[in-house]
Amino acid sequence: MQQDTLVEINDLKQYFAIEKGIFNRKVGEIKAVNGVSLKIKQRETLGLVGESGCGKSTLGRAVLRLQEPTAGDIYFNQEDEKVSVLELNNRDMRKVRANMQMIFQDPFSSLNERMTVMDNIIEPLVVNNIGDKASRKKRAGDLLEQVGLRREYLSRYPHSFSGGQRQRVGIARALSIKPQFIVADEPVSALDVSVQAQILNLLKKLQKEMDLTFLFISHDLGVIRYVSDRIAVMYMGNIVEIGEREELLRNPYHPYTEALLSAVPRPGQRRNRIVLEGSTPDPINLPSGCIFRTRCPYAEKKCAEQKPEWENVEGEHFAACHFKDSLELKGIKNRKRA
Amino acid sequence: MNKDDNILEMKNLKTHFFTDRGTVKAVDGVNLNVKKGKTLGVIGESGCGKSVTAHSILRLIPSPPGQIVDGSINYQQKDNKIIDLGKLDARGDTIRNIRGNEISMIFQEPMTSFGPQYTIGHQIMEAIMIHNPEMAEEEAKNKTIYLLDQVGIPKAEERVDSYPHEFSGGMLQRAMIAMALSCSPRLLIADEPTTALDVTVEAQILELLEELQDETGMSIIIITHNLAVVSEVADQIAVMYLGREVEFADSDQIIDNPLHPYTRGLWNSIPSLDGELKELKPVKGTVPDPINIPAGCPFADRCPEMIAGVCDQGNPPDKIEVEEGHYVRCFLYTE
Ligand SMILES: Nc1ncnc2c1ncn2[C@@H]1O[C@H](COP(=O)(O)OP(=O)(O)OP(=O)(O)O)[C@@H](O)[C@H]1O
Ligand SMILES: Nc1ncnc2c1ncn2[C@@H]1O[C@H](COP(=O)(O)OP(=O)(O)OP(=O)(O)O)[C@@H](O)[C@H]1O
Ligand code: SF4
Ligand SMILES: [Mg+2]
Ligand SMILES: [Mg+2]
Repeated sequence: MQQDTLVEINDLKQYFAIEKGIFNRKVGEIKAVNGVSLKIKQRETLGLVGESGCGKSTLGRAVLRLQEPTAGDIYFNQEDEKVSVLELNNRDMRKVRANMQMIFQDPFSSLNERMTVMDNIIEPLVVNNIGDKASRKKRAGDLLEQVGLRREYLSRYPHSFSGGQRQRVGIARALSIKPQFIVADEPVSALDVSVQAQILNLLKKLQKEMDLTFLFISHDLGVIRYVSDRIAVMYMGNIVEIGEREELLRNPYHPYTEALLSAVPRPGQRRNRIVLEGSTPDPINLPSGCIFRTRCPYAEKKCAEQKPEWENVEGEHFAACHFKDSLELKGIKNRKRA
Repeated sequence: MNKDDNILEMKNLKTHFFTDRGTVKAVDGVNLNVKKGKTLGVIGESGCGKSVTAHSILRLIPSPPGQIVDGSINYQQKDNKIIDLGKLDARGDTIRNIRGNEISMIFQEPMTSFGPQYTIGHQIMEAIMIHNPEMAEEEAKNKTIYLLDQVGIPKAEERVDSYPHEFSGGMLQRAMIAMALSCSPRLLIADEPTTALDVTVEAQILELLEELQDETGMSIIIITHNLAVVSEVADQIAVMYLGREVEFADSDQIIDNPLHPYTRGLWNSIPSLDGELKELKPVKGTVPDPINIPAGCPFADRCPEMIAGVCDQGNPPDKIEVEEGHYVRCFLYTE
């Protein structure tokens, strides 16, 4: 079956100014997202992984235009029409936004404490003027059951719920207007392992039932593997590698992916990993050439002189590394128990 | 009395909190041993009593409302003398001397460990000099820089003069690890030491702890809900549920052959990077409120192997030894 592209991101940039002093003089820029190109296919889950501060959340927010990106284009395929998201006026944006939702990491701050569970869930319907009172109530109840909570909870307030229950309510809320595309930003990171597994299974079930497309952000490679069809690896505002899940994990092309994989703890693996030298570079003064070269164990002269090309591939496995075709990197197949 | 190779033995430890809502039996009969020069990993879901167990050892339980109501915490000192930490005066000299000198702790909340008004370096130096009054200031500063560098703080010789608010959460956590290691403890209690850190930094810290253990022979208790971390660094593992250890064994035994249904549920909840991709089969439901612990096995209402008429009646006996050194609390293993 041919999978069509739902979201296309071209050379997206999101910079933040750093200001100092009483006159807010601009002294530099954080290039949180620095030229990202990606295609997300209908009904797939694209996993986005990378270290803290690499720009995952910023990218997720920019794609939904919750923040106005500095540069680049975003296309969204709505009813077979390719719309250029960043060029939409407020009214048309509202229509597109009803198709894109976000699930947040923190189940404690993402719900409105002063509203009942029901009002939290139907808020997107109210904002978008969808349905009447009765139909909204029915939908909220149905959704609550779909995410594994009881209909009676509709009249309760969020404070009496556990983290896992709140996250379920947050998911019901995101689904209320039947979006096609969801950015899930670390939706299980704050949860205990068994609750985390329950939520991951729930998201997979809902994806099948409702034909959802996910951009799924996490720093946990195990979680990313479990939910994703394809995986994109991010480093310092750039996507450095993308590919089909097992293919990328077993046979990484980028040295950063290799280092990330080797750092994941597992029994008997001690002292067998690539400990990256130094820390992530200063986001204000990015290195020349390849963004990873200051920590890359395979870096050569060319890496400082030239930035490796990025191709906006669809489906294939691709890495932004000068030596992607010649390096023999270790993936998960080489990990064994001692 | 302790077996000779145990630096710490907890027997039937109970720490309760007497609150307006009722009695919180946060720790309710824990039995754990820590071997000399080895690492004990303690795992379990949020609220199961891991931190309260750790704080009980160092007598840091706020009282009121908390109190150690039963059991013993036998600690073998340098001269092989054994003292029950649970019986000490929590404000007395003995425990204060042990705290930070022989047993030190990395706290779950890094923000609370450093005061805001002094630099990170000043506070670590202070800790070093309290325990080594004869050490020159210059030497203490060098040692501080060395330690900060060891835990992966970049440009340690500059950052030593930073204030806590100038550090990120992950950097503070590393600084706290440096502080805990500054007195070369015999026993290090690390409560979620790597939770706020990225995998690559986490890898550095775990490596550092192992190296230090090899060099100095210190014992470690590492508390975490990250099962991957535990399975890598621990020699023995204890699984806790609602204030008790439900399974305790050597790491290999408990990883390869988990016995308690709760441990099996945990293992089936971890999305793994190894082998074929398997569907996760987590434990259903959530942990009950520790004020209303149900009668019978505390896990019974979530347990897929619950034996009606048995598990919901009495408590399973503690410490059933199923294979050598592999203990479990579960009716499936009683005759
Ligand atoms: N509104 C903002 N103003 C200034 N800087 C920002 C802003 N939002 C993000 N940043 C910076 O952009 C960079 C990327 O941040 P982002 O939150 O996207 O990272 P992340 O990959 O989601 O990290 P984490 O895994 O910790 O959530 C960081 O250096 C961050 O400090
Ligand atoms: N000062 C206190 N007063 C009342 N109850 C307390 C107090 N400290 C802890 N508790 C309760 O004791 C129980 C065990 O808490 P503890 O902090 O040991 O859990 P934990 O296993 O460390 O969890 P986490 O993984 O979230 O850190 C919890 O139910 C907690 O609410
Ligand atoms: S004692 Fe019974 S309920 Fe408890 S874990 Fe064992 S089988 Fe399950
Ligand atoms: Mg983020
Ligand atoms: Mg704790």
